[in-house]
Parts: sequence; structure tokens; C-alpha cells
Amino acid sequence: MQTRKTRRVRLATSALLALTLASTAAACGGGDDDASSDGTTTISVATFNEFGYEGLIDEWNASHDDIKIKQVKVGTWDDAKANLFTKLAAGSGLSDVEAIEGDAMPAIMAESDAFVDLTDPELDGRWLDWKAAAGTNSDGQMIGYGTDVGPEGICYRADLFKRAGLPTDRDEVAKLMGTWDDYFATGDTFVKAMPDTAWYDSSGGLAQAMLNQVANPFETDDATVDVENPELEAVYKTVTGNVDRGLSSRIAQWGDDWTAQFQNDGFATMACPGWMMGIIEGNSEGVDGWDIANVFPGGGGNWGGSFLTVPAQGKHPDEAKEVAAWLTAPEQQAKAFKAVGAFPSQVEAQDSPEVAEAVNPFFNDAPIGTITADRAAAITVQPFKGPKYSDILTAFQAAVTRVDDGSKDPDASWEQFLADVEALG
Amino acid sequence: MSTQLPIRGGDIEEMSPPRRGDRPGRPATPPWRQRLHRIDYRLSPYLYIAPFFLLFLVIGMFPLGYTAWVSVHDWSLLGGKGDFVGLANYREVLDNPYFTKQLVNTISIFLISSIPQILIALALAGLLDNQLRGRTVWRMSVLLPFVVSPVAVAIIFGSLFGDRYGLVNQVLGAVGIDNIAWHTNRLASHVAIASMVNWRWTGYNALIFLAAMQAVPRDLYESASIDGAGRVRQFVSITVPMIRPTMIFVIITSTIGGLQIFAEPRLFDETTTRNGGSDRQFGTITMLVYDFGWQLRDLGRASATAWLLFLVICLFAVVNLILIRRIGSLGGDR
Repeated sequence: MQTRKTRRVRLATSALLALTLASTAAACGGGDDDASSDGTTTISVATFNEFGYEGLIDEWNASHDDIKIKQVKVGTWDDAKANLFTKLAAGSGLSDVEAIEGDAMPAIMAESDAFVDLTDPELDGRWLDWKAAAGTNSDGQMIGYGTDVGPEGICYRADLFKRAGLPTDRDEVAKLMGTWDDYFATGDTFVKAMPDTAWYDSSGGLAQAMLNQVANPFETDDATVDVENPELEAVYKTVTGNVDRGLSSRIAQWGDDWTAQFQNDGFATMACPGWMMGIIEGNSEGVDGWDIANVFPGGGGNWGGSFLTVPAQGKHPDEAKEVAAWLTAPEQQAKAFKAVGAFPSQVEAQDSPEVAEAVNPFFNDAPIGTITADRAAAITVQPFKGPKYSDILTAFQAAVTRVDDGSKDPDASWEQFLADVEALG
Repeated sequence: MSTQLPIRGGDIEEMSPPRRGDRPGRPATPPWRQRLHRIDYRLSPYLYIAPFFLLFLVIGMFPLGYTAWVSVHDWSLLGGKGDFVGLANYREVLDNPYFTKQLVNTISIFLISSIPQILIALALAGLLDNQLRGRTVWRMSVLLPFVVSPVAVAIIFGSLFGDRYGLVNQVLGAVGIDNIAWHTNRLASHVAIASMVNWRWTGYNALIFLAAMQAVPRDLYESASIDGAGRVRQFVSITVPMIRPTMIFVIITSTIGGLQIFAEPRLFDETTTRNGGSDRQFGTITMLVYDFGWQLRDLGRASATAWLLFLVICLFAVVNLILIRRIGSLGGDR
């Protein structure tokens, strides 16, 4: 029988339960509400790898009371990309400002509706023309503010060069690497002397560096997929052909083993866009001997360089736009360059003494300002990158990795790559 | 049923006006309260279990049906629903060589993990069933790995099983065994992932076995030892048959879990796409669902793959059921 007391207890219990559920739901719903009671707005900025924003964000937060910046860091672009598309589809959950890797910008612009139009006449002429164009869609809306560009040089371990009997001075090293054939021939000499150390860090990375010198790597100018072109096949043959020569570390870029080989003398050189210097320094704690040569085999090349976008799903698009504009202003990008070597895409920043006179103590006091500017000037080809570029590149690097790690021979792996591209639909 | 219906003449009875008084042995007009009581008695159990089934309908059946709906359409992650394409998505998935490969991987990882896992758990439970000093400590500590998040486990094991600089290979090297390519060799990668799964689940299953073992009547062991049966014989002939229902439970849950394995292989992967190795050496079916849906941004093919996985799991469940029936009948009079 139900007494009055038990009934009251039950009522209380169910009320408590309902309250708990309601408050949990409220807590879930309220998680991304950034406007706190004291009137400040928090703008989250999602980045990957190293953008060099830590100092800049402290600077902003110290001088702004109404808007605070919070950084969300992810390991690699591929993880950031998976997160980005998942949350674009979900319609919520993205940061107020999202960094986009340059190669994926065409795919992002195919979804322009999901992003805030950042066009601002006041910012005309801030960026290099090709960088501004890469952030602008076919309707003339600017979707992304350029952060950096990635003029490629060659980073090398002078200490390992010395042990192999190669010159160590960065100007003399540069003379050994004018063409890809020279670069690989020097590699043959190196691995003969140092059989336990590879010549470059990863075949996938090298392939990407070489692709940045091809005008139409995966797509024709009207964005038709064409992967069976002689230039791409040549890059593939060269890179996979080097595996048996012992030049490649046979390790996939960005993995645990790849990170570990910085500490284990795993390789001697790597294709080195500006932003890579920050990554090398981060992985090479306690390792002396890094230097950078003012050269890139076969002419210049641009690898990566990113954009800041403002997803339309955010609650504070105006504030986010303001933050993105501030972070990509020449003064700020010049500081990011000093912090992690990400070479500014802003005309004014490239000319500023802060950038031009910069030296990097970790890279044996290399004048990275002049070197990177020279590397940028050497770029003659801007590869055509359509909406599928990023996805095809991923498949291409998997193809290279398959040969590298020995799971497929070059021909079989190439066939699989063609099938993978086909499956992209 | 079909023979009973005409005899009861249900149709006629429903059409004719109610004739309460006709029924023998019952009061002509049952009191209102009594009828209420009968309804309460018959209906209440269903009402009590209804919340579960309502929830199941919403979060179980609806997604299942919706996935089927998506799987017969062109459906892009960002663009949404496209044309109706019938079974084209299924055909594309079945024609994709990765589907077969990743299905084989899934089953292989499942077998390499589940079989040793259940055997070790059984042996572990048998040992813990003894009168040990500090029993609770021992019993709780086998559950410890279960508390650690699978993501953390995957990261730690991924680093232990590094191809070049991993601890496992360094230890193997110290005893003169060549480096094993844990991320490239198909079988080696399955073993590495299975070890991750086993590390996490063996203790958990052992505790479930232990609970069942403690319900086995102790006098059976006494009479067995009087008959001269040793400890091992007792374990095989008494303990294992007596806990068969629990074993069935553990086998079924680990089948379902094993066929849906995702976090471990995905985080074990060193390549940027995380599809399970450069050549999908250890890609599983759920990872293929993810690849189609979120990397190729095609929810149509992702849903078709998910449904195919569902059918595979159903198939395994049926095979399990048949095997268990077979074992049950072998057990004699149970």
C-alpha cells in the first residue's frame, strides 16, 4: 500500500530527477555560449601545426577587455579537416575562426555559403595577389584571410653533413642542390657514408614539395580531374624510384616514427617551407646542427600557407572577423614569422625590416628573412588547385607511402591510386 | 490459430450486440473497480517496460530506418539529399576492393582478439576463484585497464608498437629478433591491435566469469575431489560447463563489440588519413563507414556500408546461436 509519506518521497525523487535532467540539458546547450555575464565575448581560433599565435593572443587579450581570444590547437591539418567537415555538416560546433590549409581552400570555397563573406575594401592590397585570389571565390567574395605562404628551401643537418664528409656551409650546400638530379646525387654520396641515416624525411613530403612545381598536378584548368598526366607520373616515378637507393626514410610524414626520427638522426635533409622551421624546432629539442640552405631543387615552390575563415554558424561573426583581420595584419604576421618561421603573405610584412632582418638562432643564426624572401621570389609556378585537390593529394601520398613502406610495388600502388581517385566520385 | 478462429466465431460476436449474461461462471456485470483492476493487471507490465521501447524506437529503430533511407539515395555530407539511386550505393560498396579487405581485417582482428581473450579471462577467473590473500585487491586490479580510455590506450600502444623506434621492437632487437613492421605487415598489425583490445577487455570478462563461478555449488567440487579429480580436471569438467550461460553472454557481447572496432585501429594508424595503414592493412568496416561518410563526404555509400555491417553482425549472431544450441545439446540434459 502506498502511504502518504512514500508518495511524497517518490514525488520528491522524480522532481529531483527531472531537475537533474533539465540542468544537464542546460549545461550541454550552454557549453558554447561565449557571452559571459560581464559583457566580454570569447572568440575561439582553431589552428593546426604551429601558427605562432601564442604571443599574439596574449598581446590581444592584454589590450582588449570586450573581446578575448582563445586558441584551439589540433595536431595536423588532416585531423582539423575531418573535424571541420563533420561540424560543417552538423551545422554547429566549429570555432569562431577556423584556419584552413591552403590546398583545401578550393574545397572550402565550394561551400562558400557556410562561411562569412570577409570582403573588406580597406584590406585591398594587403596580400600578395595570388594569395588574395586563392582566398576569393568565383563570386568575388573573400572567404579566407591569408596568413602565411610556404616558400620552400632545404633544411639540413650540418652536423650529419660533416660526418658524411659533405660541406656544411649553407652557401656551399646550396650549390649541391640546384636540380633534383643534383639533390638526389648528393643524397647517394651521403647515404654511402652514413648508411643508417636517410637523405630525406619522408617520400610523401618530398612528393608534395615536387608537386608544387607542377602547373596542373591533378586537374586541368577547368577543374576536370586528370591524374594520368606525364608530369604527375614523372614525380611519382622519381619519388618511388628513390626508395631502393636508400634516400627515403620510408616513414610516413606526421606519424610517431616521423616525429621520433628527429631525435634519432633519422634523416639529413627535408623540403622546408617557412612554417616547417617551427615544426623542426619543436621536434628537435636537444638536437644541434640544423641549418637552412637558400636553394630549392628545380627552382622555387610554394608549399601550403594557410587562411583564416569565419564559419557562418558562429554566434559572433563580426567579432570573429575583427580578430581574423587583426591576426592576419602585416604587423602580427611579422611576429608570427619570428616565432615559428611562417613567412607572411602580406606585402607590407614581407618588406618590413622585422622580417627582412630576421635570423633564427636554432638554424645556426641563418638569415631566414632574406633566405625565405629569396625563396619566395624564386617561385614561378602556382599549381592549379581545384575543389578535389586536397582529397586527391591525400590519395597520392597514400600511394607513395605504400611503395615507401613496402606494402605495394610502384605499379600496383599506382593502379590503386587511380581507383581511389575514381572513388572520390 | 487459423483453426481456432472460426470455432470462436469472433466475427459474428463482434457484430452482434454485447450479451454479457451469456457467459457462464462470471457475474452478469463485473463491478467497475474489478474491471479496472483487471486492466491494470494486464496492461501495467507493458506500461512499465514501454519507456525502454519508446526510447529504443527513437534512438535505435529510427536511425536504422533512416540509414536505410539514406543508403538508397545520393546523399552528400554537406549538400544533403540527392536523387534516389536504388541499390547503386550497395553495388559500389561491394565492388570496392577495400570493402572485402576491411571485412576480412575486421573478422581477423575479432578472431585474434576474442579467442585468446576469452581463454585468458577464463583462466584468470579460475585463478581468482581461489582463496587468495587480499582477494579484493587482485580482483579489482584486473579491472584497472578497463578504466583507461581506449584513446589513451591506443596512443600508448601505438607508440609501443612503433615500426622503427617503438619499445616492443627494441626489446625484440635486444634478443636478436628483427624489427617487425607493426604498421605495415597485415598480420602483425592485427596482432598489435588485438593486444590493445585484449589488454582492455580481458580483466572485465574475467570478472564476469568470476561472478558466475562463485555461483557454482561447492559440493560439486568436494564430491569431484573425493572421486579423485585434480584441480585442472575439476575446472574443465565442472566449472566450464556450469558457467556456460555466462560464456554465451560474453561471446555475444564481444562479437558485437569486436565487429564494430574503430577507435583502436584508427588511432593506431600513423598515416595522415587514418584509414588503417597505407594499404588499409588494418582498416575495419566501421573505418570504411567513416572514410566514405566523412573523408569522401558521401553519406549514401557510408549508410550502405553501415547496413552491410549490420547484416554481417546479424549473420554472426545467427551462427553464434546455432553453435550455442549445438553445444547446449551436446551438454546432455540441460
